[in-house]
Amino acid sequence: MSSGTYARVLWFTTWQAGVSTLLTLAVALPGAHVFARYRFPGKNLLLSLTAVPFVLPSVVVAAGFQALLGGRGLVNTWLVDALNLAGPPIALDHTIWFILLAHVFYNYAVVVRIVGGFWARLQPVIAEAAKTLGASPWRIFSEITLPLIMPAVLAASMLVFIFCFSSFGVILILGGPRFSTIEVEIYRQAVHLFNLPMAAVLSLLQILLTLGFMGVYGALQRSTTLPVYPESRAVTERRITSCRDWFILSANGCIILSLLCAPLAALVVRSFQSRQGLTLDFYRYLFWHHDQSLFPIAPIDATLYSIGFALATLVLSVAIALPAALILAQKNSRTARFLDPVLMLPLATSAVTLGFGFIVALDEPPLNLRTSLALVPLAHTLVAYPFVVRSILPALRSIPPSLKEAAAMLGGSPLQVFLKVVVPIVSRAVMVGAVFAFTISIGEFGATVFVARPQTPTMTLAIYRFLGQPGEMNYGCAMAMSTILMAVTVAGFLVLDRIRLSKEGEI
Amino acid sequence: MALLGVKDISKTFEGTRVLDGVSFSLEQGGILCLLGPSGCGKTTLLRIIAGLETPDSGEIVFDGRDMSGVEPFRRSFGMMFQEFALFPHKDVYGNVAFGLRMQKLSRWEVRERTGEMLGLVGLRGYGHRNVGELSGGERQRVALARTLAARPRLLLLDEPLGALDRALREHLMVELKEILKTISVTCVLVTHDQAEAYAMADMIAVMAEGRIEQLDRPERLYRHPRNPAVARFLGLQNLIEGTASPGGDVMTEFGVLQVENMPPRGTGPAVLLLQPDSARLESPGPSSGGPALRVTGIVRDVLYRGKHYTLDMETPAGVRLMFDLPDDTPVLSPGREVSLVIDPRGVSVLGSGA
Repeated sequence: MSSGTYARVLWFTTWQAGVSTLLTLAVALPGAHVFARYRFPGKNLLLSLTAVPFVLPSVVVAAGFQALLGGRGLVNTWLVDALNLAGPPIALDHTIWFILLAHVFYNYAVVVRIVGGFWARLQPVIAEAAKTLGASPWRIFSEITLPLIMPAVLAASMLVFIFCFSSFGVILILGGPRFSTIEVEIYRQAVHLFNLPMAAVLSLLQILLTLGFMGVYGALQRSTTLPVYPESRAVTERRITSCRDWFILSANGCIILSLLCAPLAALVVRSFQSRQGLTLDFYRYLFWHHDQSLFPIAPIDATLYSIGFALATLVLSVAIALPAALILAQKNSRTARFLDPVLMLPLATSAVTLGFGFIVALDEPPLNLRTSLALVPLAHTLVAYPFVVRSILPALRSIPPSLKEAAAMLGGSPLQVFLKVVVPIVSRAVMVGAVFAFTISIGEFGATVFVARPQTPTMTLAIYRFLGQPGEMNYGCAMAMSTILMAVTVAGFLVLDRIRLSKEGEI
Repeated sequence: MALLGVKDISKTFEGTRVLDGVSFSLEQGGILCLLGPSGCGKTTLLRIIAGLETPDSGEIVFDGRDMSGVEPFRRSFGMMFQEFALFPHKDVYGNVAFGLRMQKLSRWEVRERTGEMLGLVGLRGYGHRNVGELSGGERQRVALARTLAARPRLLLLDEPLGALDRALREHLMVELKEILKTISVTCVLVTHDQAEAYAMADMIAVMAEGRIEQLDRPERLYRHPRNPAVARFLGLQNLIEGTASPGGDVMTEFGVLQVENMPPRGTGPAVLLLQPDSARLESPGPSSGGPALRVTGIVRDVLYRGKHYTLDMETPAGVRLMFDLPDDTPVLSPGREVSLVIDPRGVSVLGSGA
């Protein structure tokens, strides 16, 4: 294997991530402005809606874009029918544009939430001061607003870059064989070509680079916590008054609807639509154990495995994350300082690398889990528990020491204080973390593709296999399965959104 | 011809009438203070003058020109905000120079004038300081220098000392007034603090519930508040009710009183204001003639205030009165009957109303 391959893969990984980040900023910054500065009916609903893509499995997103703009997609089918064309006029399949589009879709909410949340807390009075000093709207933006929101813009950009840099499912499915990021290349080398040394080198490269990027992100994020005259949102929001406001608002609404909702809607439509018209065939087909070579079980059973794995992941993640968070929350503790980077390491490691590591490390005695059902929940737990820790930790840290001291002075033993004071305060955060773990597990693809056995596929694997097969029935089944997975994920998200304390600017 | 004309301005926010037909005018070089409790609409009025809010009706005329539709950044007004609103990402120099750069002055002029302004507010040498590391008083000076640097044709100050602690406020009040008079700028100032208003303003407009209740010179306002609401807002609590007769006499529970400068109001119910510093204890000797007002009542409490005593008493009709008595007054114990003579110059008629 030549070093040319490494260079090619690394170069593609980097530039597609860079371009994706720039495109996401271009689309999402106006959105951040609207959410930060305007008050309008349905705002909170719309804001929740923008976050839905973020929790959607990459497989579902890829399927959604295929359903909308792919060769068999909704738009192409309509155009062919309406204009009597010989072939699909939009040829995005296996092009870079498809990948970029999906990345923008994925990360729109990241930018809107981080930058919008930060922007909303900037006092309008600073811009007003500039206005009374003779600054035109453009100069206010370039000299005052932009420099002030820059830390948030940079932090969000870095996060989007990291996500796109380790993008796997989207590239594998939408890009086809022509495109390879480091992640995809690890998978190809390990699973298709059995070149484990090359996969290992790539994994190491991926880990080192991501760690570096995470370090940069951490530094950038700290700079966004500088208090810039924080302000509650009621003051910073303004109502729609002029035609210009209406224009800005409706343009933003159109972007959200066409970019974020159209692929998901197309997914649902395509799952009920065959050449003969509306049908339930694809869903019916999922229950039918039809093709031994593709699926050793009825595809719908994948749903049961997915939910089972997700529940196991939920329990395991909380069991690990709660004690970890308790240790990390201790101030000035040496253990905490040592454990912090160790516990958060999986966060910097991509799912593909984790999955690859699992099959390399755990496939021989003393610990041979290669054929065990436990392998999938274990891998998912490793992916999910850092997020659970991150949900619990802020709640734990928000408990002022005086509160525990007061409880102790009132006669509470350490155990009583923990049960009666700490637990009730963090219980919401633990629930958020638990649902988060469930949602992550059910949509996990990168690690699952390594560790799941053929007899016990998850939904994401089933969708991937359907999409890889020719024929209308397989395509339709992929859509139907994706729709089910999307429904489960969105349900999880809605639960999450309800119990989450309203905290903008935090993912 | 007044420099600034505020004509019949009204403004409603979400169903609440914040300003209700406010009018006043201000001469070149004058300092006018909008004084009132929070929520009376004074800040909104200031923001409308600045162009940061649009009035529902009425107009702002400046130098003979209607300002409606003129963007704030084209008005050449300067505004200092209550929270100072310094640009956190620029240093002291960058803040003060901002307005000058917007005027596209040459680099040399910007540097010259910024230095001059920092000198004016006593912050020479502070140019490279980060605004985050300044004290409250220093921030206030930077904000003032930034506002004045652009040579505003009209200066608008929103609670300029409101964000500072009391001791600093007293000190900076004098300094601010001095600076404003040095550059003889026309200024509208908003405050809820009457001491600040008296010290700074040529004219004071007392506002309540979106209207100007009284517009007067400070001395006149204090001596002759137009109605009990204004008097109470100014901290003047000694109000006694009576009936005015055509001759200029007012009938009270303490007898008939001849009031100087009685406004030609005719007969009917009237409210008398007794200034807190207008009373002295009645001396045992023969009364010194003249129709002085005598007030009697029961001592409720006496508070020692350093420079004077504050006597808290209740009249037979149950009216509570507070007077400042000199510190050589003999000790009065609560429950004792007391008799005071009121200096006629400390008495004014407010007219009817509660």
